[in-house]
Amino acid sequence: MIQPMISVRGVSKRYRLGSIGMTSLRDELQQMFRPKTEANASDFWALRDVSFDLPAGSATGIIGRNGAGKSTLLKLLSRITEPTSGEISLRGRVGSLLEVGTGFHPELSGRDNIYLNGAILGMSHAQIRAKFDEIVEFSEVEQFLDTPVKRYSSGMYVKLAFAIAAHLEPEILIIDEVLAVGDSAFQRKCINKMQEISASHGRTVLFVSHAMATIRRLCKQCVLLEKGRSLGLMPTERAIEHYSISGASSDLVLDVSERNRDWGTDGAEARILSVAVAGDGHIRFNAPLEIEIVVRASRAIEGMMLGFSFSTVEGQRILTLDSDGDGKTFDLREGRTVLRVRLDRLPLHPARYYVSAALGRVKYFDDIIDSFALWEVETSTEDFESDRSYGGCRITPRLELTPVAG
Amino acid sequence: MGKFLLMAVDYELLIRPNRSWLRIEWRDIFAYRDLLWQLVRRDFTSRFKQTVLGPLWFVINPLVTTVIFAVIFGRVMGSAPDGVPALLFFNAGLLAWNYFSSLLASTGATLHGNVGLFSKVYFPRLIVPIAQVFSNCIGLVVQFFTFGILVVFVWATDPAFANVQLGWRLLWLPWLLVHLAILALGSGLLLSAITAKYRDLQNIVAFIINSLMFITPVMWPLSALQTKFPNHYEYFMVLNPLVSIVEAFRLALIGVGSFSLGYYAVSVLVSVFCLLAGLMLFQRAARTFVDQA
Repeated sequence: MIQPMISVRGVSKRYRLGSIGMTSLRDELQQMFRPKTEANASDFWALRDVSFDLPAGSATGIIGRNGAGKSTLLKLLSRITEPTSGEISLRGRVGSLLEVGTGFHPELSGRDNIYLNGAILGMSHAQIRAKFDEIVEFSEVEQFLDTPVKRYSSGMYVKLAFAIAAHLEPEILIIDEVLAVGDSAFQRKCINKMQEISASHGRTVLFVSHAMATIRRLCKQCVLLEKGRSLGLMPTERAIEHYSISGASSDLVLDVSERNRDWGTDGAEARILSVAVAGDGHIRFNAPLEIEIVVRASRAIEGMMLGFSFSTVEGQRILTLDSDGDGKTFDLREGRTVLRVRLDRLPLHPARYYVSAALGRVKYFDDIIDSFALWEVETSTEDFESDRSYGGCRITPRLELTPVAG
Repeated sequence: MGKFLLMAVDYELLIRPNRSWLRIEWRDIFAYRDLLWQLVRRDFTSRFKQTVLGPLWFVINPLVTTVIFAVIFGRVMGSAPDGVPALLFFNAGLLAWNYFSSLLASTGATLHGNVGLFSKVYFPRLIVPIAQVFSNCIGLVVQFFTFGILVVFVWATDPAFANVQLGWRLLWLPWLLVHLAILALGSGLLLSAITAKYRDLQNIVAFIINSLMFITPVMWPLSALQTKFPNHYEYFMVLNPLVSIVEAFRLALIGVGSFSLGYYAVSVLVSVFCLLAGLMLFQRAARTFVDQA
């Protein structure tokens, strides 16, 4: 039996919350004279007893929400820091890309930086020389090769940086969400290159990203992390499913008043309190949709708007419903108000969608609740074509036939 | 395909919490030797490009300091020994001191000065301070060149040049430089490990370097100390390993100075101890210091 290329056995990593940030001798001395209280209260386990084995020649995604421990796992695998307990064995040379352009020196030319950055990433001089022309060609900056990189545009800078990284040839490659660099054409080129790398000669690739579409494209299997624990290695589709469900509710009636906002402060003048889908508890394609939103304003406000958006589980926004789409705003009185959003025909193709809502004025938002729910759009009797599974939105156009003589 | 699998099985890397006192990843350091030269090259190019005067700065800086020392300490304070050209006396001492202090300052900043790099990519951290040992030689070479010009200048203008002995002792220089590098690297690694843990101590590095300069025979000869404190000067020599090195350095360059094998041996011992302690603490700090950054 072939041994696994990467094997992670019972790995935990603890951070002392007190020691994040500046440590100073003064703090330490003060600590010494302080009575010993609960010493473990400030411990934070970024990873707890994580185990998995990866065979050679596989591309594996690591997914999880923010704070699930993805970055910590990458740091351990790429030897930037050590685990608190447990063991990782890697049966191959490791190259890791947690950032593009690490160690670039602004004063040096593009040519010198290729050699410097390549060496930092673990390539030998001979390897870089052998790949030099390929790197330059991929980077699209050959005209500026002898210009100091401080004069590069940020686009040129990341292109060169990615080009170097993409030509690393370790047996194990660890990549953080760094591909999305440059313009969209270059991004596509990057992703193609990543696919090429992970498909070539039994190389083992570990890939961390929030972009589910990219994960789906590059990885057959995923390790799913949740709050520092591993939910195990599973096929990508199942992992994404799992990932999508965790965190967002599929309830059609939701009290969102206590939900943590990434955006908006407690002092905001208008807040969304609850969101509910009216009707029989189903959302159906091509059927009418009515959403009831309760908002509260701390004073009378003029010129308000309400917005809804639907995004795919990959995070791509696919439908926006803004109440001021035609330039019309509404006024809120002090206190609670019920707002009803109606759509005669919901054009969303049957699937699951993240729903976000926003309440605001022309210039700024009072409240945004991002991806507060994961709603399923079902097929309906109105759906005559749901087996034609294309696209996210479907609207039946008006058709006009004009017979032409002759 | 087969080749890849074979290679893969040959090589196994274990990552686990480390508990050994002194672990140096020799194999990795060797594998990353090209990085060492790239870092030296980077320092070389960037230092020359960043300053307006470029390499000239390496000449001007010690030259001006030498002239100031010759005027203030030579003429005003009278601390230069009689009969020796003051310019050469001070310049020779500064040569050794500048290499030591610049190496100490740059290796002392290894960890906290490279947080950004170290938290994004692995390579043996020791490569960075080792590269500094070589990068700092750039300044040293230029200074030797300046010293050569000064020798010619003094030979042509100052009759006291007759007392300068340039001779076989020059052969000591390579060893003395290695000794200086060991001491500077060792204490730099120590400082780096300490300042990585206690950020508030970063400020005292400059203070330490300043104070060291005063208690090292850069502006004064050891003989002056011996006459002023005939019974106590040995504490200086035992506690400050730099005293013996700088004095020997000047003896080798211009034949002025005193050398005692016993004190020198103590200095070697202290330097080696510094290096070992520095390596140990640095390696321990380097393993997880990014967690606090």
